[in-house]
Amino acid sequence: MQLALEPLNVARWQFGVTTVYHFLFVPLTISLSALTAGLQTAWVRTGKEKYLKATKFWGKLFLINIAMGVVTGIVQEFQFGMNWSDYSRFVGDVFGAPLAFEALIAFFFESTFIGLWIFGWDKLPQRLHLACIWMVSIGTILSAYFILAANSWMQHPVGYHYNPKTKRAELTDFWAVLTQNTALAQFFHIMSAAFLTGAAFVIGIAAYHLARKRHIAVMRSSLRMALVVAVVAGALTAISGDTLGKVMFKQQPMKMAAAEALWDGQKGAPFSIFAVGDVNKGHNEVAIDVPNLLSFLATDDFTSYVGGINDVNKAEQQKYGPGDYRPNIPVEYWGFRWMIGFGVVSIGVGAAGLWLTRRRFWLAPDRRTGEDEVPHLMLTRSIGLGERLSPWYWRIALGTMVFPLIANSWGWIFTETGRQPWVVYGVLRTKDAVSPGVSVGDVLTSLIVFTLLYAVLAVVEVRLLVKYAKAGPPELTDDDLNPPTRIGGGPGGTGTPGDGAEPSADSDRPMAFSY
Amino acid sequence: MHLHDVWFVIIAVLWTGYFFLEGFDFGIGVLTKLLARDRAERRVLINTIGPVWDGNEVWLLSAAGATFAAFPDWYATLFSGFYLPLLLILVCLIVRGVAFEYRAKRPEERWQRNWEHAIFWTSLLPAVLWGVAFANIVRGVKIDANKEYVGGLGDLLGGYALLGGLVTLALFTFHGAVFAALKTVGPIRERARALAVRVGLVAMVLAAVFLIWTQVHSGDGRSLPALVVALAALTAALGANLAGREGWAFAFSGVTIAATMAMFFLALFPDVMPSSLDSAWSLTVGNASATPYTLRIMTWCAAVATPLVVLYQGWTYWVFRKRIGTQHIAEAAH
Ligand code: HDD
Ligand code: HEM
Ligand code: HEM
Repeated sequence: MQLALEPLNVARWQFGVTTVYHFLFVPLTISLSALTAGLQTAWVRTGKEKYLKATKFWGKLFLINIAMGVVTGIVQEFQFGMNWSDYSRFVGDVFGAPLAFEALIAFFFESTFIGLWIFGWDKLPQRLHLACIWMVSIGTILSAYFILAANSWMQHPVGYHYNPKTKRAELTDFWAVLTQNTALAQFFHIMSAAFLTGAAFVIGIAAYHLARKRHIAVMRSSLRMALVVAVVAGALTAISGDTLGKVMFKQQPMKMAAAEALWDGQKGAPFSIFAVGDVNKGHNEVAIDVPNLLSFLATDDFTSYVGGINDVNKAEQQKYGPGDYRPNIPVEYWGFRWMIGFGVVSIGVGAAGLWLTRRRFWLAPDRRTGEDEVPHLMLTRSIGLGERLSPWYWRIALGTMVFPLIANSWGWIFTETGRQPWVVYGVLRTKDAVSPGVSVGDVLTSLIVFTLLYAVLAVVEVRLLVKYAKAGPPELTDDDLNPPTRIGGGPGGTGTPGDGAEPSADSDRPMAFSY
Repeated sequence: MHLHDVWFVIIAVLWTGYFFLEGFDFGIGVLTKLLARDRAERRVLINTIGPVWDGNEVWLLSAAGATFAAFPDWYATLFSGFYLPLLLILVCLIVRGVAFEYRAKRPEERWQRNWEHAIFWTSLLPAVLWGVAFANIVRGVKIDANKEYVGGLGDLLGGYALLGGLVTLALFTFHGAVFAALKTVGPIRERARALAVRVGLVAMVLAAVFLIWTQVHSGDGRSLPALVVALAALTAALGANLAGREGWAFAFSGVTIAATMAMFFLALFPDVMPSSLDSAWSLTVGNASATPYTLRIMTWCAAVATPLVVLYQGWTYWVFRKRIGTQHIAEAAH
């Protein structure tokens, strides 16, 4: 890895910083919009106030989060042109289409219906208002799909041919780009990881309040919902991750070798839980190996042959000409482990919680709790965690909030750096993708500006989240409980522009929400 | 007609939609200092665009995404060439979005005041910079044989470009003022109308000079009618505003913006980014476009999505059609 201050390196740092930052908000947006929609649906169907309170509470945290997701996304839309203009020229014909689809279909959806949802509490009939948050949720999922199809094409380009006359990749089969196995596997992996992330977020905050015996009814329901989501999404993340690994092994064998720092190919390759010493120097000081596991991860067969870094490097040199085709091995090795490690811990916390807080199953009757009580954390029928250990569970549950965020970030760093030196695997090198006309000074300026701005905004947003998360659900007002029956708001005077009439007393009522 | 000509039109429409919509919400941002007398009035103004500003901004993202897909070279040259101005625009759009969402989330005086300053500046700067950018595009910039921008930052800040920036600022502020008059009740509505007269006159003078300059330098028989429509619509908007016809005033100020954009694009065509060094190096709809296959897919997407977007965004404006005044703003910060 060269540290020299050249446009390529600065541009890579900038892309890494801005994208990883954007992706802190993305998974929360995807999952919290759906969870909020689910809670609001429960309110509409059952009329139970705890669901409305929960909707307002998680909805507010969701809004604080999505604001950051939206503004950091704007940078993404432009930075291919700014820093990677040769990349844009080369792949625009293929890569631009899913990006444009994302904007035209998904972003319009999200941004329009989020406005309707935020300001629509007293303007839309209940069901229509509910439909708006579902539309937002659908929008986020569509957006994820299109952008992941674009990213998958960089991992595994399909449906194109290289035109030597125009010197660029040209699209021949859009359907193949949208439905290739890389895209599908990535989509399922990211979706399930996103729901794990949101679930852990809810678990953490609910645990915080339950440990303090506050807002029990709301937090108890939220906690149960989130525990179920965490376990299901966690299992799906592992399954989809395994599928993705097999796809990756076929398409980018170097990445699999790098993930294990496996320097020389072998049959029945082991998987190391962790290693001591420099993985750059081979594999001698490894501490704990699980025999044959890497072979299984790569091919579903415990004894199969997995190529090593040196072998794959040679093979690629023969295929693509002289050069070094190795990514940054320690980043790959540790990135893979941090992703799985932090993810698995949060799944574990979820599974433990699901068991400990169960309502009736294998539980002595006197240990069962009602809707307004903090659940006893029960190991067996009548043995609980007790006074001393219970607080620890709540504390760990609070900490688990950040684990999937860390796992997500490392997952991307692993995926993206593991593709190096290619930006489009086997087709375009990262060094040929950077903007030739942009000076180091310019890129450095923007790197510094974005990093500082993002750091400040992170402080602002985290403080706000903490404030609102600690405050708990709001008290409900009459307006909250009596949604309007007609579009545009309450009964009486219209006060619409152009009708000339002065607004009546009723139309002087304050808006349910205002900035 | 070639598909790449169709896409030239679609991209023109997306930019026009963006300037029309975000034009008034930049204007509202600027007016928080020019028009509002206190915090309650500033909040009234901000809430006139509250439910819609995010949807308006996506017109920009769509314009950028569509340019990437339909004219990759245009996307690449434009955004790498106008690097620092674009960086400033992005910073403004980031801070502005956060400012809207977070301003009322804390009761402290200083917190709210800071975000209000932010809303003003981050509305004003992009309003100027977009004008500067478009003036440069129309006039032509230093593009070499490899389609790369080879000028410096200073080359983007000539007199013509800066005048273009003032024109968009004035037009957007006027557009915002007539929008404010249309969407508010009470004293602020009266003051919005009065201010619209003054801003409108300034916009008129600036726009007349700038558009005629554009016509002389880059225009032709096609762009002339757009110039005439733009200035006539601005006059009509001023008249309607004086007559108290707020709906008409807003419609005409919208036509002014649309006609100004139309003039830019008509003056450009068939170039998308003319080179000031050698016209043979200009990016054109032909040499900067994607393949017919990609364009065909994109056409389907745009043909289905764009009318839908117009429908549901239009519906949003209808849902929030009521005028608002200080009495509608709840005391307690949410
Ligand atoms: C797996 C999902 C995913 C990934 C990998 C990315 N995004 Fe993203 N993006 C979303 C999922 C998402 C989202 C969940 O849909 C967001 C978060 C907040 C929002 O409004 O939508 C979003 C917001 C968002 C916005 C703002 C949209 C708005 O104003 O409503 C833009 C312009 C982008 N993204 C563009 C990108 C680009 C160019 C990426 C590639 C480098 C990227 N995003 C990675
Ligand atoms: C899904 C859409 C995405 C696309 C189209 C995309 C595309 C790219 C491009 C063009 C680069 C620059 C070339 C390079 O340095 O390799 C890059 C690098 C990078 N991306 Fe992605 N990316 C996407 C998603 C993400 C996400 C969500 C993350 C993290 C959360 C991420 C993390 C990184 C990192 C860390 C690098 C720097 C790698 C390096 O230079 O070593 N990417 N990606
Ligand atoms: C439990 C077992 C897991 C396995 C076997 C696994 C496997 C993988 C593999 C092989 C990749 C690389 C894909 C590629 O390079 O194309 C990947 C990427 C990624 N993983 Fe995992 N993963 C697991 C758990 C998790 C967890 C728990 C999370 C987050 C909560 C997570 C988040 C991500 C992300 C964000 C990416 C990058 C995006 C992508 O390429 O799809 N993973 N994972």
